[in-house]
Amino acid sequence: MQAWLSENTLLLGLAALDGLSYAATVFMVAVGLNLVFGVLRILNVAHGSLFAIGGYVAASLGLFITSRGLPAWLSLPALLLAAVLTGALLGPVIERLLLRRVEKQEPVLQLLVTFALFMILEDLQKLLWGVQPVVSDAPVRLLGTVDVPFGADVIPFTAYQLFVVPGVALLTLLGLVWFLRRTLAGRMIVAVTEDREAARAMGIDAARVTLLTFSAGAALAALGGALASPTASLVPGVGAQTIVLSFAVVATAGLGRVEGAAVTALLIGLGRAFAVYFEPELEVVIPYIIMVAVLLIRPQGLFGVPETRRI
Amino acid sequence: MSRAREVVLVLGAAGLVLAIAWFVPWLRFVLTIALAKGLAVLGILLLLRAGQVSFGHALYLAFAAYAAAFGAALVPETLILLPLAALGAALLGLVVGLFVVRYREIFFGMLNLALSMVFYSVLEKFYAITHGTDGIRLPPTTFAGQVLGAEAQGWAMLSLALVLSAFFAWLMRIYLASPLGQALAGIKTREARLEFMGMSARRVLLSAYVLSALMAGTGGAVLGMTTRHVTPALAYWTTSGELVFIAILGGAGSVAGPFLGAIAYELTRVYAAALVADAWQMILGFVLLLVILFAPGGLWAIGRALMGGRRQA
Amino acid sequence: MTSGDPGPILGAAVGKPGPVTRRETLAAAVAGGLLLSGRHVQAQPSRPAEIKVGIATYLSGPASVFGVPGRQAAEMLFDEINEAGGIGGVRVRPIFVDEGPGVDHFVGEYRRLVQSEGVHIVFAAISSGDCLACTPLADEMKRPTLLWDCGTQRIFEENRFEYSFRTQANATPEVLSALLYLLRAKPDFRSIAVVNQDYAWGRDSWEIFRTAMQALKPGVRVSAELFPRFGATDYSTEITRLLALRPDVVLSTSWGGDLDAFIRQSSDRRLFERSTFVLPLAESSLERVGRALPAGHIIGARGDHWFLHPGPKDPALLKRFTDNFRRRFSSYPIYPCHHMAQAVFAMKAGYEKAMAAKGGGWPTDAELAAAFRGLEFPSLTASVRIREDGQGLENQIIGTTHHADQYPFAVMTDMVVFPAELVTTPVGMKSADWLKTLKPEIIQRVPQPVAYQP
Repeated sequence: MQAWLSENTLLLGLAALDGLSYAATVFMVAVGLNLVFGVLRILNVAHGSLFAIGGYVAASLGLFITSRGLPAWLSLPALLLAAVLTGALLGPVIERLLLRRVEKQEPVLQLLVTFALFMILEDLQKLLWGVQPVVSDAPVRLLGTVDVPFGADVIPFTAYQLFVVPGVALLTLLGLVWFLRRTLAGRMIVAVTEDREAARAMGIDAARVTLLTFSAGAALAALGGALASPTASLVPGVGAQTIVLSFAVVATAGLGRVEGAAVTALLIGLGRAFAVYFEPELEVVIPYIIMVAVLLIRPQGLFGVPETRRI
Repeated sequence: MSRAREVVLVLGAAGLVLAIAWFVPWLRFVLTIALAKGLAVLGILLLLRAGQVSFGHALYLAFAAYAAAFGAALVPETLILLPLAALGAALLGLVVGLFVVRYREIFFGMLNLALSMVFYSVLEKFYAITHGTDGIRLPPTTFAGQVLGAEAQGWAMLSLALVLSAFFAWLMRIYLASPLGQALAGIKTREARLEFMGMSARRVLLSAYVLSALMAGTGGAVLGMTTRHVTPALAYWTTSGELVFIAILGGAGSVAGPFLGAIAYELTRVYAAALVADAWQMILGFVLLLVILFAPGGLWAIGRALMGGRRQA
Repeated sequence: MTSGDPGPILGAAVGKPGPVTRRETLAAAVAGGLLLSGRHVQAQPSRPAEIKVGIATYLSGPASVFGVPGRQAAEMLFDEINEAGGIGGVRVRPIFVDEGPGVDHFVGEYRRLVQSEGVHIVFAAISSGDCLACTPLADEMKRPTLLWDCGTQRIFEENRFEYSFRTQANATPEVLSALLYLLRAKPDFRSIAVVNQDYAWGRDSWEIFRTAMQALKPGVRVSAELFPRFGATDYSTEITRLLALRPDVVLSTSWGGDLDAFIRQSSDRRLFERSTFVLPLAESSLERVGRALPAGHIIGARGDHWFLHPGPKDPALLKRFTDNFRRRFSSYPIYPCHHMAQAVFAMKAGYEKAMAAKGGGWPTDAELAAAFRGLEFPSLTASVRIREDGQGLENQIIGTTHHADQYPFAVMTDMVVFPAELVTTPVGMKSADWLKTLKPEIIQRVPQPVAYQP
């Protein structure tokens, strides 16, 4: 063990770097869903579609910027703009027109509403953006690479992967924690997450909180997609792939806990990176293994509290 | 509804299915697949009674389908292979069930999903044995000792699917009416009360879980023997989602719902695919949305309302 | 770079309604209670009003990057055939079905095509799983079926079919050619890493490559075997690993969005400077990745498919096809378009051969199927012959990337067109066994490369 460690210290360091940056991606994919689940108690299957649409909008904006010869740095704020646009336009529409109408129904019906929405949005993306992979890599090119020393060698990383994605993820985490703890709107969200009936009894407008949360969740999903768009190629089906991952994060994290999502994302990110380095065949199942392991030890998820038993 | 009327209704429905399959030959295959999925959905429905949604029942569907595919070389007789494959799925359900019945709601759903996705990965990873996504073809099997032609085999599978559907629907009604079945509904409403009454909620849920795995396995075996080609896609989460979709489409109120839903789903899908080959998903999505928004009781409830609000079957 | 542009154009094409007659039939079938498409005995061969062709292709999911261009090529070629008076005076009509929902759905769709739509011939499919599932069905329903794009070599090596024929090569020649090219271009490489998609093709193609490599150049070190999730969007960890390992060669048979992302991310992090890439499917990504794919790496096209082919048999045909396709769909035709063209040309040649054998009479299904065995038909660049086992013999083009001023993306130079006989498993042998018998002398028989001509 000792010998193995000293032999592989450098590699472990590299893997940790990869793991951290991947964890940031996972966090961005899942944090919005986690937030929404906490308040609405709905597993939003259409979360994956919002991720994809955010990515597509960001790529379209980026391509527009390059094709018009506008300054390349604009492509960075364009990522944020895409997320805000998607969240502000689609979030309230979905919440008001669909989720609001089924909020009294059984959870499985609410979930299936989002499943239906996912199917519709999946084909809609195809109609809007076609089937050929779409990408706008201006932000990556703009920032260039950073050489990380590796023994006598150097390993180039893109500054985008090393700083922008983890940076945005960290800002999102800190921002959300601050928002939920220190602002009135945030505290209302926490109150509704923890006990909906009690919150309502205290005069909190649960409907408004729900709308706000869902829109924020949609914007976060879109931000995840927008952040991925400069490196990933967007194709039909990209939404379906992100859903499972974000579901696994939510279940592992415990209900609606932002910190839980962050820790889970770290576990998955590092786990996956180490798998690629030392046992590549495990890579694909890492999120599930982590989820099963965590739930075996903590049945309410990492940060969940056991629900009070209804009698 | 009186017993005699029910028998007449079931026979009538079976006759209708056979008639459609006779007049429109290509639908025979579609209907067999629909009934196979209906069997799996019946399993979903059982767990829905306890308020639990499994997003991983494709695991049992796929397991039994692969068991049939691998077993066909050893046991080339449909009527033996099918129950063996289904029992295999039930056994797997027992093992998994011991673990997952400790969880509720999202955790229950997600753990099922995770295990089904792990199985999906296993099918991919053991590529040398399973041929990965290319899938494997089922060798021909005899039916009650007879070697049947393709046409006769098609009819045999459809009839078998009909018989199995009727049998499991009947079994499920008996189960739901039994104290064990009554207790199942208790998990959904007030689980702690069950425990005060001295019943173990976990054991109640476990029995339902194993039965649901058995039904999903039966469906999977029929499915595999009908398509004669199985791929890991059977275990992917979207297949599980499809089963839940069908359960709601058909209506959770009756054991007839799953079959009604499955037939409606498959027909919508093939006709949507034929009409607009590249937007069938959207059509299915809208159908589901309309059902949930305007008829949350599913097709069964619509049918019942149309027939003048008879008592629940 | 048109990757951002084709969206709306493709979108419009995707949204275009199908032929009206089919809609009417279906509407009638739905409205009239399903009974209308009733049982009818397959009519004896009188000349039909039209030849209906069922075409299975991906219209949804990640593989639609191949499926939609394939469908576009079919639409264009069917129009051309009809403008020229059809086949034997009979018009042709395509009926497309989506492979997206999976094998169990496709098996049902195949039956529908035959029993309800009454198609005379089927083109199936892109997915190898769909091909494996429908070949026995074709024999059962006695409907001639052309396997137009799927790659698995298992189909005709493990079974014999009467009604199924492949109008292109299969995975073995596609992968072996890339290896032979590598062995000739870079004979001294000592280590290799593979990054393939985690599904049947990714595994299968690596198996073929490795088996042949062990026979032809034993002792090459395999530094890493990475199989990222199918549809993965982030390869940063794999790329870091490869940057640290510095293998001489990186092999990837990935395609579509996965390959695009892998190429871009490797390019951003200068992995192309450390290792020589071998990308047997990169031809289908060239236009999208643009200059991100540097010069000096080995690429292929799953056959003899290249719009700047160094020696096409009929240069006018290739040019007309490329120009028309570009005019109509605003992108260069990629290999699935060529594969589709081969299926269409094979269908035409098959009908004509069967009619000639019958003195101009219309062939039965069995006669049409029989005509495909041994049939030689033109491709866009050469010709293809269907062997006695149903497998098509098709040449393979492999080249090295090159940046030319005329194109905003990499094109091929040092192109080698491998003759089909050199790289295809002989009839009656299994690829895994045949590859083990290969001797290094085979490399001497590889034709001379041809440089890019501006």
